[in-house]
Amino acid sequence: MEAEVADLTTLPRLLLRNARELQDRPAIREKDRGIWQTWSWRQYHDQVRDFALGLAALGFRRGDRLSVIGDNRPRLYAAQLAGQSLGGVSVAVYQDSIAKELAFVWNHAEVSVIVAEDQEQVDKIQGLRSELTALRVVIYDDARGMAGYKHDWLKSYEEVQAVGRTFGAEHPGYFEAEVDQGKPADVAIVCYTSGTTGNPKGAMITHANAIGVAEIFCREEGVKPEDTSLAYLPMAWAGDATYTLFASLVAGFCSNCPESPETVQRDLRELGPTTVLAPPRIWENMLTAVQVRAADATPLKRRTFNYFRAAAERAEILRADGKPVPAGLRFATTLGEFFVYGPVRDQLGLRQAKWALTGGAPLGPDTFRFFRSIGVNLKQVYGSTETSGLVSLQPDTEANPTSAGRPVPGVEVKIAERGEVLVRGCSVFKGYLKNEDATREVLDPDGWFHTGDAGFMDPRGHLVIIDRAKDVGALADGTPFAPQFIENKLKFSPFIREAVAFGNERPFVAAMIAIDLSTVGNWAERRGLAYTSYNDLSQKAEVRELIANEIRKGNETLPEATKIRRFLLLTKDLEADDAEMTRTRKVRRKFVAEKYAAVIDAFYSGGHEVELATTITYEDGRQASIQSRARIEDVEKAPAHV
Amino acid sequence: MALVSNQLDIADVSKAFGGVHAVTRVSLDVRQGEILSVIGPNGAGKTTLLNMISGFYHPDSGRIMLEATDITNVKPSQVAELGVARTFQNIALFRGMTVLDNLMLGRHTRMKSGVLASFVYWGMAQKEEVDHRRRVEDIIDFLKIQDLRRLPTGSLAYGLQKRVELGRALALEPKILLLDEPMGGCNHEEKEDMARFILDVNQEWGTTIILIEHDMGVVMDISDRVAVLDMGQKIAQGTPDEVRANPQVIKAYLGDPKAATNGGRSG
Repeated sequence: MEAEVADLTTLPRLLLRNARELQDRPAIREKDRGIWQTWSWRQYHDQVRDFALGLAALGFRRGDRLSVIGDNRPRLYAAQLAGQSLGGVSVAVYQDSIAKELAFVWNHAEVSVIVAEDQEQVDKIQGLRSELTALRVVIYDDARGMAGYKHDWLKSYEEVQAVGRTFGAEHPGYFEAEVDQGKPADVAIVCYTSGTTGNPKGAMITHANAIGVAEIFCREEGVKPEDTSLAYLPMAWAGDATYTLFASLVAGFCSNCPESPETVQRDLRELGPTTVLAPPRIWENMLTAVQVRAADATPLKRRTFNYFRAAAERAEILRADGKPVPAGLRFATTLGEFFVYGPVRDQLGLRQAKWALTGGAPLGPDTFRFFRSIGVNLKQVYGSTETSGLVSLQPDTEANPTSAGRPVPGVEVKIAERGEVLVRGCSVFKGYLKNEDATREVLDPDGWFHTGDAGFMDPRGHLVIIDRAKDVGALADGTPFAPQFIENKLKFSPFIREAVAFGNERPFVAAMIAIDLSTVGNWAERRGLAYTSYNDLSQKAEVRELIANEIRKGNETLPEATKIRRFLLLTKDLEADDAEMTRTRKVRRKFVAEKYAAVIDAFYSGGHEVELATTITYEDGRQASIQSRARIEDVEKAPAHV
Repeated sequence: MALVSNQLDIADVSKAFGGVHAVTRVSLDVRQGEILSVIGPNGAGKTTLLNMISGFYHPDSGRIMLEATDITNVKPSQVAELGVARTFQNIALFRGMTVLDNLMLGRHTRMKSGVLASFVYWGMAQKEEVDHRRRVEDIIDFLKIQDLRRLPTGSLAYGLQKRVELGRALALEPKILLLDEPMGGCNHEEKEDMARFILDVNQEWGTTIILIEHDMGVVMDISDRVAVLDMGQKIAQGTPDEVRANPQVIKAYLGDPKAATNGGRSG
């Protein structure tokens, strides 16, 4: 029993425990050459050990920091665990970050070892190497195209492991002794949060945080070693770390890495994981795909689909309200399970999913209801990087599209003045790396973490999140104004990809909208509307009318004072590369307001056309400027009361 | 006789179609492991030269030696078996077949099991099929087309079809790869990808590459040597820098400044 407690103190110890107890059960898989290749827990352990010993031979010491960059790959996860085994800290980065951001993170974290997936990533590092003062070694996983690269700072994964085996033979027991020295309070990973202002901050998550959160999660959801998940979300995101590193180690379930980002949907279907975690965008894409395919099917199939879909949604609404489902409808949904719901779940790879989670942003009620109605146990989860990805979770029987669920056991939630959500408990992080000031701002002496989110507890005891606390303002007449709340109403429309609402200290609410190129493009094609580019499509009168209608729909659910009166369609999407959004697609409100000051002026001065000079930043940091004109529209039946 | 032994020696070949002299007494030596580009204005005889190497045409005169074998009058299928693979200017894939099947077909010359053995799919035949599939999967991985494996080639975008065609040529495990305008009709990004693949093939497998391409930027960037044809004759050969500075080449491309009347040749 005592040994068991000790096992649960650090992630590497859990790996040792799993290798000992679960042995040949699958730990992690990767699709390679079209075939799923499995590492058992024992193999996973051996891979980590050899790599760790290799790192040790290269001079990696306790407290050193190791970074990984690339797609989800077993070897990159193993590298993180190897670093942690030696008392090091793992820092995963977003591979689509621009060079400047990468350099900042690597320098700030004083990363001494980077494990890169392939040549593409090595090239990026090579370009930045002169700026990276702490960097000593770069290790690559995929040797393709690397034959011409001969540098003493560059090594292949196999090379490091071979060195490790030699080192291990010379120093028996070294690995185990290093793992033994690990303490729960040691930092396991540093997750850089892009933050909506300024430079990214590195949230330090300790082994105790990681294991605490994973334990709660596994207990709440009844996770078993037989479960499977698809590891396809960016490794730098706390959600993926919580799932693929922490929970997988705690419960001993198998994570699966897709073949390439393009094959995720196919791999998902092939695998049929028992649990799926996806941000709202992915659920929305899945629903769109189903709708497009239904629309393209033969009339009989289409009618069948529509009939059973409607039946399922009626039944779901009744169930959600706690009302009985009439026998006729029950019969219809039973038939539907056979003809429609089962096959649709199968196509989406959700047939075996025992539970599915959405988090990071609100999910439209229509999308939420669709998945619930066809039998996917979709639930909302709320968390942030600083809370190791978990604060509250919806129990199976209380799933609904509006709340963020009940605070999980072991985590306390309190609503402060001005409605800010405060969190305390085992999931709350240690602080920001080398940033005492920022830490003090969010972590008070009593251990409460200030999430910066505004919310309230509903009568059921569920947490409801409205907006970022600092963004909540008031219209000129004093009506409270929560921009994100309004934007989310808009973003529930499949045609709207992003929206930014303005109204703080203004007479009315106005919004800038970025259309969704694929759905609006599809809509235009069906109507025989020709267009050449995003810019062109966004300024079509028909598209403006389409979006105006979507806004009217959104307005129906908004209080009179905060209805959207005017809007403009942007001539380009909001992009993280242009610093308009964070990597996790949150609007950088202040930056956008400055950049589009001309638009805001026009909104409130009654102008109808505005000149947009947009700067586009390419991935390599080059910039280009595009001039365009955009029209501002008034939404009917809601004249501006200036 | 050059000191370096050439992998492919083209000596004085000529080819005429009726009264049109497509290629006239062209000599070209191709060294092991190099990327040699053949450039020239339209109608200069580049594709005809490639067709003669791959055996689609036979020269009226002259000789083509592949290592120690005379392939002047050898059939295309035999040239392929000797290790020369090619892609076509106009994509020549089986549009109704999947990407995977098209690539497996590229292995055809290397398959040894007979019809009956393959039908029974047992023992050697099975092992052979698995080996071929492994090789094809390597190529799929190399060209990053994992997501297209099961799609019919006809449904793919143009640039991707070009990539699949390169894959099929690679499936032959060629010693020499003939690429006829692999970037023709591709957008900028597709060109960059293709250039990267060509370099990687050359570096990773040491495959000799003979490239016909119109995009001068790409040609000058990736070639070890460049040969220039004009009106069926070789007018220059050398490193990209030498060729770029050659007055005859400038004349062929931009027209003779003395005789300039109307803006040069049409594209």
